[in-house]
This record gives sequence, C-alpha cells and structure tokens, in this order.
Amino acid sequence: MKKRFLVYFLIVVVIYAIITVLMKIGVIDDYIKLNLFLIMLNIILAVSLNLINGITGQFSLGHAGFMAIGAYTTAVLTTLEKPLPFYLTLLTGGLLAMICGLLIGLPVLRLRGDYLAIATLGFGEIIRVIVQNIDYLGGASGISDIPQGIDWTGYFVVTVITVVVILNIINSSFGRAMIAIREDEIAAEAMGINTTLYKVLAFMIGAFFAGVAGSVYAGSFGFIQPDMFNFFKSIDILVIVVLGGLGSISGSIISAIVLTVISALLQNYPEVRMILYSLILIVIMLFRPQGLMGKKEIKLSKLIPMVGGDK
Amino acid sequence: MTTFIQQLINGITLGSVYALIALGYTMVYGIIKLINFAHGDVFMVGAYIAFLCVTYLKLGLLPALIISMIFCALLGMLIEKFAYKPLRNSPRISALITAIGVSLFLENLMQLLMGADSRVFPRLVNEKNYHLFHGKVVVNNKQIYLLIITILLMLLLNFIVKNTKIGKAMRAVSQDMDAARLMGINVDTTISYTFAIGSALAAAGGVLVGLYYNTINPLMGVLPGLKAFIAAVFGGIGIIPGAMLGGFSLGVIETLVSGYGSSMYKDAVAFALLILILILKPSGLLGKNIKEKV
Repeated sequence: MKKRFLVYFLIVVVIYAIITVLMKIGVIDDYIKLNLFLIMLNIILAVSLNLINGITGQFSLGHAGFMAIGAYTTAVLTTLEKPLPFYLTLLTGGLLAMICGLLIGLPVLRLRGDYLAIATLGFGEIIRVIVQNIDYLGGASGISDIPQGIDWTGYFVVTVITVVVILNIINSSFGRAMIAIREDEIAAEAMGINTTLYKVLAFMIGAFFAGVAGSVYAGSFGFIQPDMFNFFKSIDILVIVVLGGLGSISGSIISAIVLTVISALLQNYPEVRMILYSLILIVIMLFRPQGLMGKKEIKLSKLIPMVGGDK
Repeated sequence: MTTFIQQLINGITLGSVYALIALGYTMVYGIIKLINFAHGDVFMVGAYIAFLCVTYLKLGLLPALIISMIFCALLGMLIEKFAYKPLRNSPRISALITAIGVSLFLENLMQLLMGADSRVFPRLVNEKNYHLFHGKVVVNNKQIYLLIITILLMLLLNFIVKNTKIGKAMRAVSQDMDAARLMGINVDTTISYTFAIGSALAAAGGVLVGLYYNTINPLMGVLPGLKAFIAAVFGGIGIIPGAMLGGFSLGVIETLVSGYGSSMYKDAVAFALLILILILKPSGLLGKNIKEKV
C-alpha cells in the first residue's frame, strides 16, 4: 500500500517537474500554457460530474450553474475594497456551490433519469438568469479585472487534490454505496442503503468541485459573464464524461485532455467544433455507449508489475 | 383589467406555439419514453425551410407552411431511423444523450449553412390591429392567424389520433409495445409516423413564430423546445390534451410574469414551474399516478 502511494506520488511529481522545466525553458509558450489550464479545468469539471453521473448514476445537466456560483464568489470577494485571499474565496465558492447542491439535491433527486436531467438543467439556467439580473454582479456584461490569484502550480495542485479526493471517495464504502445505487436503486434501498443520503452527498461533492473549478476559472482568466455558464457549458462537460466513459475517472481525464486539444485546434471554427462534438456524442452512443474506457480505470499495477495489486 | 386581458391575449398566442411543439414531445414520449431534445431544433429547421421557400421561391404562407411541415416530417423520421431506433433497447440515458447530440448537430449545422446571425422573416400578411375596449386592448391579425392555424392543426391531430388506423396503432403502441406487436401492429412504422406527425407540428410552430416575430436564428429552438417540454410535463407527459393545456398555461403564466414582474425572469419562472410540478405532482395536471415496479 505504501509502495503504491509512493509510486503514484513520484509520477505526479515527475509530471509536474517536467512541465515546469518545459515552461522555464520556453518550450511551453503562453498559448500552450493557456490550453494546459483549460485541460486541468476540464479535468476538475469532468471528474466531479462523473461522480454524479457516472458513479452514482444520477443524470445531472446543471454543472455549469455550480461553476457559476464558484466563479462569481471569487470574482466578488477578490474585487472588494479589502480583497480576500484567492484560496479562501476558492473554498468559499466551493462551499456555497455545495450548499446550493444540497438545497437543489434534496427535492430534485427524488426524480429519475430524464426528469432529473431536465430539472437540473432548469436549476442551472435559473442560477444563470438570477446572476444575470443582479446589477451588483455586473448583469449580462459580467465582471472583469478579477485579480489573478492562481498560477500553474496552484492549478496543478487543485487538480491533483480533486482527482485524489474523488478517487478516494469512490474507493471507500461511500463509493460502493453510490455504485450500488447506480446499478439498481431499488435493490440498493432494499439492502439498507440510504439512497437519498448518498445521492445528495454525491451531488454536493460534485457541486463543490464544480464551484472550485469556477473559482479557478475566475482567478486565472480574470473575466466572467453569465453566458459562459449556460446550458451549452454543461453539455461540454457532459461530452467529456460520456466520451471517457460514465464511471471511469481515468477515462474522464483522458477525454478532457483529448477534447480540449481538439477544441484548441478548432477554435477558429466554432461551428465545426460543435458539429464534431455532437457527432462524437451520437456515434459513441450508437457504437460504444460505455465510452472509451467503460467503467474501467487504468491501474498502475497493470502497467508496472512491481507496484503490486490492490490490497 | 384591460392590461390583464391584453396579457392574456398575448399569452394565449405564445402558448399556442408552445402547445404545438409540446404535442410532438408528448406523442414521442408517450410511445418510446424518450425526451426528444432535438424537437426544438426541428421547430427551428421548420422556420428556416419556410424562410427559404418564401424568400427564394416566392411562395405564400400556406404553401410554405405545408412544404416546411412535409420536410420536417421527413427529417423527424430520418432522425428517428438513424439516431434513436438503434438505441431502442439501450438504457434511456443513452437515448437522451443521443438526443442532445442530434439537437447540437442541427443547431450547428444550420449555423454553418445559414450563418449564426438572425434573419428577417419576410412579412407574409399585411399587419392590421384591432382595438377592443375603447382601444385599450390591441389584437393583431397575426395573432388571430396563429391561433386559427394552431387550432386547426390540433383538431386535425385529434382526428388522426382518434379516428384513423394509424392513430389507433399509436394509442395501442403507447399502451404496451409488445402487446401491440403481438396484435399485428407494425411498431416501427407506427413510431416513424409519430415522429413525422410530431415534427410536422413543430415545423408549423416554427413557421408561425417566424411570421409572428419576423426574425429567426439557428438557436431559436433551444428555449421554446425546453419550454414546450415543460408544458408537456406540466399537463402530464404522454397525454395529448395535457400538452395543449400545459402549452396554453405556460404561455399565459410567462406573459403575466413579464407583464407584471420582470421579463428577465420569465425563463427562470418556467423552469421553477417545472421543478414545482415535478415535486408536487410528477405525473402532471392531467396525469394519473403509477406506482413504480421493481
């Protein structure tokens, strides 16, 4: 167990070191760096949505709404006369999104499947409309000149923490309960699992990290407006999760990387990009509905035998 | 009081469009239990087809309406055949994701073909305003056209569902697909027809909206599509009179909200209404509760 932890830790440190060095010597220019940020942002969003949609099997389409809560919290708190430190606003944003997740989750999670999808979509849109109508938050034109509070190291650490926390949740008894709910809700209930509790929990944790992603976005790009967090943003995240495989965290990470790179290459042709996205959705559902990775994870023990298997 | 009547008239006009789209939703949902996310975009395609017919072929309102309805009926059948039919036995979430995919595809294909900007829909009827209550309430002749065409289409749909063989088959399939198949009903054909009829109604809605607002754009189907879904759920999804009731109620509620409150909040109110009805009476106003089976 300890050996496994060390190997994972080493890999993460090595990835960080390589990219940092590449940045220092100028191989990674500002443009690539920007896309690197977007990749990590998408990883946080996709992994947290996967906890709700893939692991717990609750179809949520409101992720962009939670992201908006985090982004606006950071934007407001860091542009005050006495601005709060960025990481405090990050936490506040996450917690606020989490509270909204609780308030929304309690009534809505009684719904199933496509009804739940529409209800969460509705909530995401309601959050956006409300934000858009509050003058203090800049209305439709949003908030600009948000001070830069996060750099590459911060990005990397937040992303790694997100992935580690969610992986640990999935591998705990909490995660087992969530998977049980995904497989068969009624059977899970019959086995004594408090389905409401776990569904709301998954929803809250997903919302928390979506809020964090929003904060990170506001703190690094310096400009937000309500339209950035509309229904299409939620779909964007959904495409990543579906392509990677509902239920596979490594799948989400891989597809976040692949799709962000594709988007970057097609950024001058937004319609083509969206047509490609929609075709990916349709083709995947028709020919490989489980996504690239299905429910499987890439395990180090399979790649490097010396690491040792699971417990 | 006169403001209220004015809002009511505007609301009924808007509601009739929601009702037209909601009918398609409800029929498709009633038969294959799928939220056809692409339905709102078929509505948009309908508006564009009519736009092309009027602008380039110089057709009048009625021929343009009919061509657009036929085109969208075929489009609906095509979507069903290629995107939904292969997924009929997969989890419902797969079908839902595909529907979202089809919806995005239509929106962006149209943006690519016709440009993302709004187009001016040609004026097909000479505008005339009728003043009621000493000029305090204004009724536009476009509103009257809209209402008349909507009601005619609803009566036609009612006739098809109640009195024709295909309508009978549709009702049977929505009751129990397997039993209908055993009785010799061709389920695939029936589903195809359902999509055709639903899409034709959506197209009509699109043409009427183009006529009413004089402007169309590739994303015009997104919100009306979602709202029509809300209307369908509100009235009881799968129930045809429910869709009409839901459509008209939602239209009236929305105009009342924009008339007396803020028009900025009308979309939020629609979604709040959806969540409320789902929590209080998930089967909709006209629906019956069905216990879930294990």
